[in-house]
Amino acid sequence: MSSGFPLLSLIIWLPIVFGVAVFATGNDRNAVLARWIALVGSLLGFLIALPLGSGFDTTTSAMQFTESYPWFERFNVNYHIGVDGISMPLILLNCFFTPIVVIAGWEVIKERVSQYMGAFLVMSGIVNGVFASLDAVLFYVFWEASLIPMFLIIGVWGGPNRVYAAIKFFLYTLLGSLLMLVALIYLYQTSGGSFSILDYHQLPIPFAPQILIFIAFFLAFAVKVPMWPVHTWLPDAHVEAPTGGSVILAAILLKLGGYGFLRFALPITPDASHYLASTVIVLSLIAVVYIGLIALMQTDMKKLIAYSSVAHMGFVTLGFFLFNAYGIEGAMVQMISHGFISGAMFLCVGVLYDRLHSRQIADYGGVVNKMPAFAAFFMLFAMANAGLPGTSGFVGEFMVIMGSVKISFWYAFLAATTLITGAAYTLWMYKRVIFGAVASPAVERLEDISKREFFLLAILAIFVLWFGLYPYPLTDVMHASVDHLLNHVSNSKL
Amino acid sequence: MQKLYLLVPLAPLLGAIIAGLFGRYVGPIWSHRATILLVFVSFLASVRIFFDVMEGNIFNGTVYTWLITGDTRFEVGFLIDQLSATMMIVVSFVSLMVHIYTIGYMHDDPGYQRFFSYISLFTFSMMMLVMSNNFVQLFFGWEAVGLVSYLLIGFWYTRPTAIYANMKAFLVNRVGDFGFLLGIAMILMYFGTLDYASVFAQSSDFAKEEIELFPGMPWYVISVICILLFIGAMGKSAQFPLHVWLPDSMEGPTPISALIHAATMVTAGIFMVARMSPLFELSETALTTVLVIGGITTLFMALVAVVQNDIKRVVAFSTLSQLGYMTVALGASAYSAAIFHLMTHAFFKAVLFLGAGSVIIAMHHEQDMQKMGGLKRYMPITYATMFIAALASAGVPGFSGFFSKDAIIEAVHFSNIPGAGFAYFCVLTTVFVTALYTFRLIFMTFHGQERMDKHTKEHLHESPWVVTVPLIILAVPTIAAGWLIDPIVVGEYFRNVIYVAANHDAIKQLSNEFTDVVGMMSHALSTAPFWLSLTGIFAAWYLYCVKTSIPEKIKNQFGIIYNLLDRKYYIDEFYSWFFANGARNLGTVLWKYGDVKIIDGFFVNGTAKVVAISASIVRRYQTGYIYHYAFTMIVGIVVILTFWLY
Repeated sequence: MSSGFPLLSLIIWLPIVFGVAVFATGNDRNAVLARWIALVGSLLGFLIALPLGSGFDTTTSAMQFTESYPWFERFNVNYHIGVDGISMPLILLNCFFTPIVVIAGWEVIKERVSQYMGAFLVMSGIVNGVFASLDAVLFYVFWEASLIPMFLIIGVWGGPNRVYAAIKFFLYTLLGSLLMLVALIYLYQTSGGSFSILDYHQLPIPFAPQILIFIAFFLAFAVKVPMWPVHTWLPDAHVEAPTGGSVILAAILLKLGGYGFLRFALPITPDASHYLASTVIVLSLIAVVYIGLIALMQTDMKKLIAYSSVAHMGFVTLGFFLFNAYGIEGAMVQMISHGFISGAMFLCVGVLYDRLHSRQIADYGGVVNKMPAFAAFFMLFAMANAGLPGTSGFVGEFMVIMGSVKISFWYAFLAATTLITGAAYTLWMYKRVIFGAVASPAVERLEDISKREFFLLAILAIFVLWFGLYPYPLTDVMHASVDHLLNHVSNSKL
Repeated sequence: MQKLYLLVPLAPLLGAIIAGLFGRYVGPIWSHRATILLVFVSFLASVRIFFDVMEGNIFNGTVYTWLITGDTRFEVGFLIDQLSATMMIVVSFVSLMVHIYTIGYMHDDPGYQRFFSYISLFTFSMMMLVMSNNFVQLFFGWEAVGLVSYLLIGFWYTRPTAIYANMKAFLVNRVGDFGFLLGIAMILMYFGTLDYASVFAQSSDFAKEEIELFPGMPWYVISVICILLFIGAMGKSAQFPLHVWLPDSMEGPTPISALIHAATMVTAGIFMVARMSPLFELSETALTTVLVIGGITTLFMALVAVVQNDIKRVVAFSTLSQLGYMTVALGASAYSAAIFHLMTHAFFKAVLFLGAGSVIIAMHHEQDMQKMGGLKRYMPITYATMFIAALASAGVPGFSGFFSKDAIIEAVHFSNIPGAGFAYFCVLTTVFVTALYTFRLIFMTFHGQERMDKHTKEHLHESPWVVTVPLIILAVPTIAAGWLIDPIVVGEYFRNVIYVAANHDAIKQLSNEFTDVVGMMSHALSTAPFWLSLTGIFAAWYLYCVKTSIPEKIKNQFGIIYNLLDRKYYIDEFYSWFFANGARNLGTVLWKYGDVKIIDGFFVNGTAKVVAISASIVRRYQTGYIYHYAFTMIVGIVVILTFWLY
C-alpha cells in the first residue's frame, strides 16, 4: 500500500522537529516550556503512528506505506522507506515509549531539561528511521545517528562512572557497525550499484562471501542485542544511565539488533545463516543459562535487570535461528514484551532511586510496608519478568521453547531453565527489596507512588496483561511477513 | 449453559478485583460480602452444571483464540465433563467454606481485604485449571495457582520465615513446571496441537514412536512425555523429591493451608495425571515411575508426621502422605480411585486444617501440641468435627476416607504394573502410621493434661460460628462422601473421561469383588488395613493418653532415627547446600571470572590497553621537532631510492 500521504516520513521527522524545538528553548529557565513541548511532541508522535497500525494490511508481506525519493543519484542512494509486519510493531513500540520517558523524567530531571527531553525526541525519530529504512545508506545513517543521543544521555545525566560507560557503549557498538558498513559496500559492488535492501534480499552470493558478510552483520547486531560474549557494555550502560535512558535502551535500542538480524542477516545471507545457526543458538543458550546465574548474584538492582535483559534477549536470537514460525514469531513477541517489561522494571527501580538515591538491594527491605501500591505493580512486573503465564513475558518464551524442541530437545531443555533461574533472580531481588520488616530509617520515610508514577506503571501493566491474555493481535500482524521471510530463507542463494 | 460456564471462573475473579483493587474503598465488610457472594454464585453454577453433565451434556468448546503461530491455533476453552464438574464442585464448595471461615480467622488482620482478594483469585485460577480443554490454559491455571500460593504463603510479609517459604515454594514448583513445560513442548512437537481431544485421539498412533535423547538410547516418546508431565505433577502435588516446599508453606494463614495446600491446589497434579490417562496408559515406564514416587511419598512422609509437634505440620505431612496415596492410585491405573480419594481427602483434610486453625486461634496462635491438651472440654464442636475427620483420615469403616483408601489399597494389590509390590507395601504400612499420627494429634491436643499456661487457659473458648459452621458443614461429606464409591470408582461415572488400558485391570477386578458399601465394610473387617488402622489408633491412645512417658523413652532410645525423621531426612539441608549455594557460587564465579576478569578485563579493557600502549609507543615518533621529521624523511627517501635503483 503506497498512499500519497507521507505518513511514515511524518512519523520519522515529526519527533525530530519537535526535538529541535525543545532544544531551542535553551537553558533551564524555560524548563516548563521544554517539558510541555516535549510532551506534546511525543504524544503527537504516538498519535500519528496509530494509523500505521490501523491502516496496516495484514494479508501481505510486501512493504507498505512506502516512499521513495532519490537522494544521491550519482551513487543510486534513495530515501526509500516502508514497513512490513516485522518493523511496524517495533515502530509503534518506540512511539509508545517516547511519551513514557518524557513523563518519567518530568519532575526528576531538573538540569538541562531541554537537552534531555530534546535528545529523547530526536532519538525517537531516528529509531523510527532505522526501522523504516529500505535503503542501506539511509539505514546506516540512522543506525549510527541513534548512538549519539544515547551517548549524550548516559554521558551527561548519568551516574558517577558515566563517562566510562558512555564511551564503552559507543565504541562497542561502533566497532560492530563499521564491519556492517564494509559488508554493505561489498553488497553495493556485487549488486551492480544498488543500495536497496530489498535488492540485496534477491542477490545471489557465493558461499564464502556469504559467511563473511554474515559475520560482519552478526557482529554489528550481536553487540546491539547484546549477545554473549559481547554483552558487557550493557550492564555498565544501564547502571550509569538515568531512568529514562535505561528504559529506552532496554525497551527500544536492544531491538535494533534483533531487527537487524531479520532484515539483513537472515534474508541476505540465508545459507550462511543456516550454516552458522547452531553457533548462534549455542551463544544464545549461554546467554540464557550463564547470564541467568550471573543475574542471581547482582547486588545492584539495575545491573540485575540489565543481566536479565541479556538473558531474555537470548530467547530472541535463539528464536531467530530456529527457522520455524514459532521461533521467529516468538522472538518478535519476546522483543515487544521485553520492551514493556524491562521498561517497567527500570521505571520501578527509578521510582525507588528517586526516593533513596541508591540502587543497592541491600539498602532496601520492607518497602511494601510503606509503598503498598508500588509493591503491587512491582510484583506484577517481577512476575512478568519471570515469565508467568497471563503476562506478556510468558508468550514469547513459550513460543520459542515450543519452536526449539523441534530442533533439539536439549535446546528446549536449556532454554527452559529460565523458568527456574528467571524466577530465582527476580523473586530473590523482590524479596530482599520489598518484603520483610522496614529495614532502615530511610525506608521508613518512603512515600508511595505519586499520581504521575501510578499512571506510568498502570499503562505498562495494562499492556503486560493484555499481551499476556490476548497476544493474538501481535502475531496477527507479523504472520505474512514472517511466512515470507521463512520461505525466503529456506531457498539457497548460492 | 455456556454463559454459566464463564460465570464459574469469572465470578470469583470479579470478587478478587473488588476486594483487591477497591478493597480500600468498599471496606472489609463489603469486601467479604462481595467475595463470598460471588464464590457462592460460582458454587451454585457448578452445581447446576454438574446436574447438566449428569444428564449427559458434555461440553468441549472455545472461548477465544489466544494465539495463532505457524499452523497452530492456541485457544482458551472449556472442557466440561464428569471430571471437571466434580472438581468444580469440590473446589467451589471448599473455597466457599474457607471464605466464610476466614471472616473469623482473619477478623483483626490489617490485610483482611487483600486476603479475600487472594483466595478469590485462587478460586478463579483453580477453575481455569480444571475447566481447561487444552494444555496452554492448563499451564496458565497451573502457574496462576502457584502465584497465589506464593502470595498467600508470604501473606505476613514481615516474617522472615514466611518470605523464605514462599520463595522456596515458587522455585520448587518452577522446577516441576520446567519439566511440565518441556512435556507440553514435546506434545506439541509430535501431535501438532495442544488441544486435549485432538491429542488423545492421536495418542495411540505414537505409542511405539521412539526418540534418542542420548545417542544410542532410544526411548518411547510417550514415556518421555508422561514422565515430563509427571515432574510437573510432582512439583504441584508435592511428591518426593519435590515435596520440600509444602511443609514450609504452613507459614501462610491457616485458611489457605486448608484450601490451597490441602484440599485443592496440591491435588492439581493428581487431577492432571487423571486427565492425561489416555497418555499415561500407553507407558508402563511412566506408570511405574508414578507408583514408586507415590509409594515413597506415602510412607516416608507419614513417618515424619509422627514426630512433629507443630499441629499444622502434622497435618501438612499427613497431606503429603495422602497425596502419595493418590499418586500410587494413578500409577496403578486406578484413576477413578485417585480422584475419589482426592475428593474425600479434600473434605476431611479441610476439616483437620480448619479445626487446627480453630485450635490455634483459641490458643492465641500457639501451634505446639506439647503446650495443648484437654481442649475437648473447651471446644466441643471443634473436637467433634476433628475427631470425625481423624476417623476418616485413619480409614475407619463408614467414614469417607475408608472407602477411598481401601479402594486404592485393593487396586494396588490387583495391579500388575512393575513397582506395584513396593507401592503395596508402602500404602499398607502407612495405614498404621496414618492412624498413629492422626490420633496422636487428637489425643495430644484434645485429651490428657492441660499443658497450656494459665493466661491462655483462662481465655480458652469455642470459636465463633463463622468458624464452627464451616467445620460442621464440611463434616457432613467427611462422613458421607465415601458412600459414593459405587458410582465413582467401581461404577460408570468416569467411563467417558478416563481411559484405562485393557491389561491394567486393577479397577475392573476391584469392581468384580465389590457388592455394595455395606458389603465392603463387612469385608474390610477381615483384612489387614482395618486391623492396622485399629492398632494405630490404639497405639496412639496408649502412648499419648495412658503411658505418656513412653514416647520420650523411644525418642532417647532411637535418637538417630528420631533425628532423621525430625530433620525430614536432611533433604532441606542437602538442597540448600547443593542447589541454592551451588547456584550462588556458580553465579559468583561466572560473574567475577567470566564477565569481570575474562570478558571485560582481558578482552574489552585489554583491547583498550593494547591500543593505549601501542599508541604510547607510536606517540614517541610524533615529537613535534622539525629535525626529527626531516631526518625520518631523509631515511625514507634513501630507502625508496635504494629499492628504485636496484
